[in-house]
Amino acid sequence: MSTLKFILNNYNNVLFLMWEHIYMVGISLLIATAIGVPLGIIITKNENLARKVINSANIMMTVPSIALFGLMMPALALIGQGLGKVPAIIALILYSQLPIIRNTYVAIKNVSPSIRNAGKGMGMNRWELLKEVEIPIAIPVIVAGLRTAAVMNIGIAAIAAYVGAGGLGVYIQNGIDRVYPEMILAGALLVSIFAILVDASMALLERVLTPTGLQVQKRLSQ
Amino acid sequence: MKDVIKKIYGLILALLLVAVGVGLERTGTISIFSDPYAYPELIRLLWQHLYLVGVSMAIATVIGLSVGIILTRPRFRAYTGVIMYIVSLGQTIPSLAVLALVMTFLGIGAKSAIFALTIYSLLPIARNTLAGINAVPYSVIDAAKGMGMTTMGILWQVEIPMAMTVILTGFRVALVINIGTTALAYLIGAGGMGDWIFTGINMMMSDKLIAGALPVTLLALLADFLIEVLRVMMVSKGLRMTEE
Repeated sequence: MSTLKFILNNYNNVLFLMWEHIYMVGISLLIATAIGVPLGIIITKNENLARKVINSANIMMTVPSIALFGLMMPALALIGQGLGKVPAIIALILYSQLPIIRNTYVAIKNVSPSIRNAGKGMGMNRWELLKEVEIPIAIPVIVAGLRTAAVMNIGIAAIAAYVGAGGLGVYIQNGIDRVYPEMILAGALLVSIFAILVDASMALLERVLTPTGLQVQKRLSQ
Repeated sequence: MKDVIKKIYGLILALLLVAVGVGLERTGTISIFSDPYAYPELIRLLWQHLYLVGVSMAIATVIGLSVGIILTRPRFRAYTGVIMYIVSLGQTIPSLAVLALVMTFLGIGAKSAIFALTIYSLLPIARNTLAGINAVPYSVIDAAKGMGMTTMGILWQVEIPMAMTVILTGFRVALVINIGTTALAYLIGAGGMGDWIFTGINMMMSDKLIAGALPVTLLALLADFLIEVLRVMMVSKGLRMTEE
């Protein structure tokens, strides 16, 4: 109850921190999508390259987030960006790569050859085949990858408060330092609710973006 | 052409290594590793880190495996959907938030950190155990029944060995996340390698920062590799061949 009071008393600040959080996650997700989806599509043509790319993204994922911030700080400090939003956004982009690349790769790879052949038979060139056939079929799985990345990024962005990136993690950080339970709870609950909301809305997006034909097929197979 | 690319690749790798070495020397990380006063501290923090990871993972594995196994028994199958939903909801909650929430209820110290880490590692293990055992084809279980195996025999000799790959994947995810989250456990007074990372950030001491961040990263990579080795050892040869 007192947590609610804290949030209501500081709603201006809460909204600002929330906006910062959304901004960080949103912008990193946009850049990560712009890098990851084309990369995932390109590597479907080359098995060997695909293994290398996915393995390196996997290694990236294994590095603990706070350790990554720590390792990046001295390097970025050379260009005067050791603290703040830049290291946070770079880390978020790096962490999003694995789910996005892997899901894009798997989804495009799994488009059945008969459908692809049908497209070819209709006289589509490679670009049209990708645009009209492969991507629409793959889009639910690609969005699922984006969903995983978004939820993970919200958690990492909270940790980024410790390198001065702002966001809702600031409440957790300051709350722990001041032993102020209401502040900690406000930060932790808001971040959790934010993550759950994003998860749910991305799940909805996944369903909306599924082509009607595939939805019918799914219902028939059940 | 391929040889040239390989040579360029090797050259870039070598240059990168040199750059990393120079960077480590310049920031003073090398000297901190060989400092007679800092070195025992590093070992102590590393042990603390391993202790937190070990205890929480041990508890999480026992609980996670038993929950996963119990939920696949016929009597509890009906609740699988609900439990899975709760588990996946729990996984969307950020790790820092879990630590902070636990701290407000249990206070600071190693105990609350272990509690938070256990809960957070429990979810992937339980989920993958459940999914792995549920994915065992019914025909295989039927064949085992036909051979006169008891329910327990089927569980230990058929279901768990066949689900082992999936269970180990869950274990690996949990372990890697756990090692990373333990670095945050310093914030709620449990120590570990996070001590040097956060001190380094707060004081802008690059040497301490890297000396803290590097071991955690290596630890996570090592754990990932060891689970891969464990997979080769524990998953039976026939299953591995069909997977590959």
